[in-house]
Amino acid sequence: MNFYRSHILIGIDDSSLEAGVKEIEQALQEELSKLNLTDEINILETGTLGYFGTGVSMMVYPEQVTYVNLKKEDIAEIAKEHFLKGRPVQRLILDNTLTRQYDFNYKNRIVLSNSGIIDPENIDEYMGAGGYEAWEKALTSMKPAELVEEVKASGLRGRGGAGFPTGLKWSFTAPLTADQKYVVVNADEGEPGTFKDRLIMEGDPHKLLEGVMLCAYAIGANRAYIYIRGEYKLCIARLEKAINQAREYGILGENIFESGFSLDIFIKIGAGAYVCGEETALIESMEGNRGNPRSKPPFPGVSGAWQKPTVVNNVETLANVPAIIKNGASWFKEFGVEGCYGTKVYTVMGDVKLPGLCEVDMGTTLRTIIEQYGGGMKDGKKFKAALAGGAAGVFLNDTLLDVNMDYNSLKEYAAVLGSGAILVMNEDADMVDMLWSVIRFFRHESCGKCNPCANGNEILYKTITRIRNGEGCEADLDEMIKVSDVMNQTSFCALGQSLIMPVRSAIENFREDFLARMK
Amino acid sequence: MQVYLNGKAYEAKPGETVLQLALRNGIYIPHLCFHEKTGQAAKCRACVVEVEGIPGLKTSCNLPLKEGLKISTNSERVLDAQRMVVDLALSSGRHDCLSCEQSGNCELQDAAYYLGIERPTYQLYEDNFEVDDSSEFILVDRSKCISCGRCVEACNHTVVNEVIGFGERGFATKIVFDGDIPMGTSTCVQCGECMQLCPVGCIIDKRAVGSGRNWELDKVETVCPYCGVGCRMEVQVDRKQNKITRILGVDDSPTNNGMLCVKGRFGFDFVNSDERLTSPLIKENGSFRDASWEEAIALIARKFTEIKKEFGSDAIAGLASAKVTNEENFAFQKFIRKEVGTNNVDHCARL
Amino acid sequence: MTNDIAGIKKADVILIIGSDTSAAHPVIAARIKQAVRDGKTKLIVIDPKKITIADYADIYASHRPGTDVAVLNCLMHEILKNGWEDKEYIQNRLEGFEEFKAEVMKDIYSPEYVEKISGVPAETLRAIAKLFGTAKTASLYYAMGITQHTTGTDNVWSTANLQMICGNLGVEGGGVNPLRGQSNVQGACDMGGLPNVYPGYQKVTDAKAQAKFEKAWNCKLDNKVGITVTEMFDAMYDGKLKGLYVMGENPYLSDPDQNHIIKAMETIDFMVVQDLFMTETAAYADVILPAAAYAEKEGHVTNTERRVQKSNKVIDPPKGVKADWEIIQLIANAMGSDWNYQSPRDITKEINLLTPQYAGITWERVGRNGLQWPCPTTDHPGTPYLHKGKFARGKGLLKPIPFQEANELPDEEYPLILTTGRVLQQFHTGTMSRKTEGLNNLAGPMVMISVYDAEKMGISNSEVVKIATRRGEIEAPAFVTKRIQPGVIYIPFHYSEAPANRLTNSAIDPVAKIPEYKVCAAKVKKTN
Repeated sequence: MNFYRSHILIGIDDSSLEAGVKEIEQALQEELSKLNLTDEINILETGTLGYFGTGVSMMVYPEQVTYVNLKKEDIAEIAKEHFLKGRPVQRLILDNTLTRQYDFNYKNRIVLSNSGIIDPENIDEYMGAGGYEAWEKALTSMKPAELVEEVKASGLRGRGGAGFPTGLKWSFTAPLTADQKYVVVNADEGEPGTFKDRLIMEGDPHKLLEGVMLCAYAIGANRAYIYIRGEYKLCIARLEKAINQAREYGILGENIFESGFSLDIFIKIGAGAYVCGEETALIESMEGNRGNPRSKPPFPGVSGAWQKPTVVNNVETLANVPAIIKNGASWFKEFGVEGCYGTKVYTVMGDVKLPGLCEVDMGTTLRTIIEQYGGGMKDGKKFKAALAGGAAGVFLNDTLLDVNMDYNSLKEYAAVLGSGAILVMNEDADMVDMLWSVIRFFRHESCGKCNPCANGNEILYKTITRIRNGEGCEADLDEMIKVSDVMNQTSFCALGQSLIMPVRSAIENFREDFLARMK
Repeated sequence: MQVYLNGKAYEAKPGETVLQLALRNGIYIPHLCFHEKTGQAAKCRACVVEVEGIPGLKTSCNLPLKEGLKISTNSERVLDAQRMVVDLALSSGRHDCLSCEQSGNCELQDAAYYLGIERPTYQLYEDNFEVDDSSEFILVDRSKCISCGRCVEACNHTVVNEVIGFGERGFATKIVFDGDIPMGTSTCVQCGECMQLCPVGCIIDKRAVGSGRNWELDKVETVCPYCGVGCRMEVQVDRKQNKITRILGVDDSPTNNGMLCVKGRFGFDFVNSDERLTSPLIKENGSFRDASWEEAIALIARKFTEIKKEFGSDAIAGLASAKVTNEENFAFQKFIRKEVGTNNVDHCARL
Repeated sequence: MTNDIAGIKKADVILIIGSDTSAAHPVIAARIKQAVRDGKTKLIVIDPKKITIADYADIYASHRPGTDVAVLNCLMHEILKNGWEDKEYIQNRLEGFEEFKAEVMKDIYSPEYVEKISGVPAETLRAIAKLFGTAKTASLYYAMGITQHTTGTDNVWSTANLQMICGNLGVEGGGVNPLRGQSNVQGACDMGGLPNVYPGYQKVTDAKAQAKFEKAWNCKLDNKVGITVTEMFDAMYDGKLKGLYVMGENPYLSDPDQNHIIKAMETIDFMVVQDLFMTETAAYADVILPAAAYAEKEGHVTNTERRVQKSNKVIDPPKGVKADWEIIQLIANAMGSDWNYQSPRDITKEINLLTPQYAGITWERVGRNGLQWPCPTTDHPGTPYLHKGKFARGKGLLKPIPFQEANELPDEEYPLILTTGRVLQQFHTGTMSRKTEGLNNLAGPMVMISVYDAEKMGISNSEVVKIATRRGEIEAPAFVTKRIQPGVIYIPFHYSEAPANRLTNSAIDPVAKIPEYKVCAAKVKKTN
């Protein structure tokens, strides 16, 4: 085994692939061998480094230097200057003042603990980082009911948006007797501006698999499906690879670790409908039907996929489980705040200096997230609004910057944590345009199953378009709130029920923007 | 199990939903997608009610009853929501009751009437719907479709012909035949189940258009004259013209559960056909001439009596009919056996 | 049907053999499809054509027309070989098992051998036997595909054998269920519209029955069995039958070997036809009487599940038209009798008195949903399924049925097998259905021919071809399809312009006297 002087972690994700990372990696390899450095410098592929819009990036250990926006022509210079002469190329380094606190301090990371560090396509690296220990522990020393209890005790809540207690969800399905039960992973990440699940799966696919395994064992399912959106090509490839590796290692399959428990995991590819993020619509789509939500009850926990008891969990939720089982519920409760434990992965987007992904404790304030992790407001502009929780979220104004971001605290302000998407807007943003694009999105994504959502969105869209064109009146604003309120009360699923949040918050918190269009 | 609707106690049957209980007791709750046959779909959302102890409104069509449940079907909040929801459905299409075939037999009209909606508040449709008249017997006017899904459910789960589905999404959602081709060129067998269950004037009997309002037609139940299944059907009759206008299946019949086939539902033209015989005919020199009943009957009686005398009873035979009533078949074989005196009676059971 | 329509969904396995259910009995087909769709019921379809309902089947087998006994015996061979039969049922409720077993266990009924006879792969036969034999309850549906053969009686008996050894008779969701093809074919049989029985299947040769009817009708009755419809036309042809009274039938199109029928009708001295229309048959009559349609009169009809339902008067008959019962009464009285029925109700009363199965089915009781016979008393609820606990004859009789080929097989001159049947949009001889223009637009005459044969002969879709048999020749457009097996052609018999029954063989089953419509030798020629 070689002892390397430096390790270069190259982030391979969908956006870096698009920016030509493979070519650059090749070039780096060539340059290093020209300089006879291949024995001293090690190149590793890993998942995302967590930045957004930074093209090809790489991180060098132990120097803790992050290069961003790399071009092929920069490579020779880096190789020569940095790796031969020991002088990092300053003009290509991510502004150190912006480098996130957690970058080299992983104690706050549960879900992303391996992302950007290990090679996601190598099961040995995952195991080297302590992976599958929880799985082994569960299968060899825990009863399924103990697993459910442990997750219940941890207070883990669903990270898909609604925040339903995960252990409780499992406890509905675990005791049922059925010839077949299923675990379904909701990896149909469709909330605009949200890509946390993608990066979790790209960066650490085995962690998700381990979470699935633990869930399956806990509820007694021997088949699991990962329902993933078709655009996530890299995730799909890495998950497939990971599943095959796990099968080869006997971690998946028949009679795992001689425990008598069998499990296999399959990937189902979605076709990109927002509504399929709703668990029953997801199940319908998975069964090959039109992706429309189903009546509840019966809940999927009782009668889900193919009418069998089914637990549907979000990617991030399941990615928390291995650590909980391995370290125990009380360890998990050290993160976050009372009632909302653990961490949350946010995608911070918009008018911040450093858009990207971060994992922080539950209850961190919006201000901290923007300033510490988003690097603060871009171009010296003032904060005006944040759309928190995705399209089905709430337009927050500056009065809410210091509210704790967790399920309970936000509820008091009629806001939601949702998917963890935070779209930050500066003083130039216009809420009429913002609301228009949110409504246009919903109108496009309404599945058409129920009357209030299909027709209500059409009315909202016509009205907001009128306002945007300067043809609206104040009564239109009341009408929009009234329509979205009825949609909230009567729509079939969360999609139509959610419109009230962006509509009301935009109109109430930023009324002046709307009135300005009514001259 | 006792529950309360609008403050009054009612006895609920096991498995009943709030909507079923209310309707059984004569309490109207607007509903557009629920039908006893296709079941609850909870799509139209018009049947929302308030339940004590549950925040928000609940659709009554899929709300199971529990002992002591207190439900309000007519509070202001409920009626407001219902009104808005029905208004949305009305706004979504071209619901012109004046000339609509289903006027007087339209569940959307009933709901609007109950909620006092005179006119839709919004106009969401654009006037570019094409009426699909490609099918022989069924007309589809999508501008009146409210996406209730009954036809889709019926086609896929009741008659299981698997032709109708939903296409597109959101406001653009529409019913489609096979891969969105005209009904007449699709694999539709025109059983008409979709038409029978359509709550509005979207899927209608093409040949009955303009031939009489629902309330003008007499309805009589009888049995289909075609195959041996014995489907029970409701025949709608224009009394003034003594003419069959349309035929529906009887939903609570144990034989057919409201289903009919293309022949039973649409193949009734023979009854009112101009080609019907209306006078006895006697053949003379190779061609037929009209005759009175007296003359024809007398001739038949004379001929049969003569044959019987000359060649014996067994020289005569009779073919009874698989298409007439038991009483008539009974009378026929009695005639052959008793009056002719032979057992030479058969019918086309084997053919 | 031994069982009822509602029981369809209670079967674990349904076997359809010789019934184009979705064309001829669409609503029963819908019920079967519902059961399959609900996921509880498995469906097996055996038919020479890949009929629509075969698309819903778990197993479909295409057998050569006329090999039903071989196929059914093979299924029983496999079932007995694997011990899937209901031993307790056989022990307690059946007789004749040993002789029966000796027949079906012969080597010629092994799947490999029957594959050679029927063309159904041995593996498919095994799979069907397993699915059917191991089912808890299985029901069997058939129609004219089983009966219209010179071996029709054998075929029917084989279906009964199969259901008996599997213990599927007399149970809910089981049964042997022939689907009746006409609205009141069941009632016409029940009412004694048959040469051997009085109403209620009381034999004319039974002195007690004879005495009962003689007393009731105050007359002398003949105790010898009469002749069947096929024999009637032979007797007419031979000049032995001098007078014929036809009520609402159209033998010109419905009976086999049309040229023979036409000559018979031309030969007979005096023929009366009572109908709604100038049918092809009526044209040969000496007197035609205009009758009322179903919607213009009241009475009862009995459906395929023995349900007696009221048929109500919907509209008034056209002027000059009388109901069939009135006409019959007029003729009877003109011949010197003293009938005095005031309405169909009076006849219903007489039926109640003389027909034990109908004794409890009074005018007043029938109601909207009818009653299923047997219903012996006015407080009896009716009988949804027969043979519960005990067979009508005591023990169920298993009968060894050896396989026999059809009467006329293809040869060099007539290399194809012609089989006939119905289409969804038309009915029987078209007297009723063809008056609706839309139905005619949907379905006209055709000959279904396999892609294989069509290619060999250079026939393209909808090309008009000549179809000929030893009895005659017709022309029809070709429907070239993969749904029919090579070597077989199919023609619906509804059309006077292309009458399938000009071609069919008049050979009949020796017991049931049913003609072999489903198999005869034919050839197809191009017209140009």
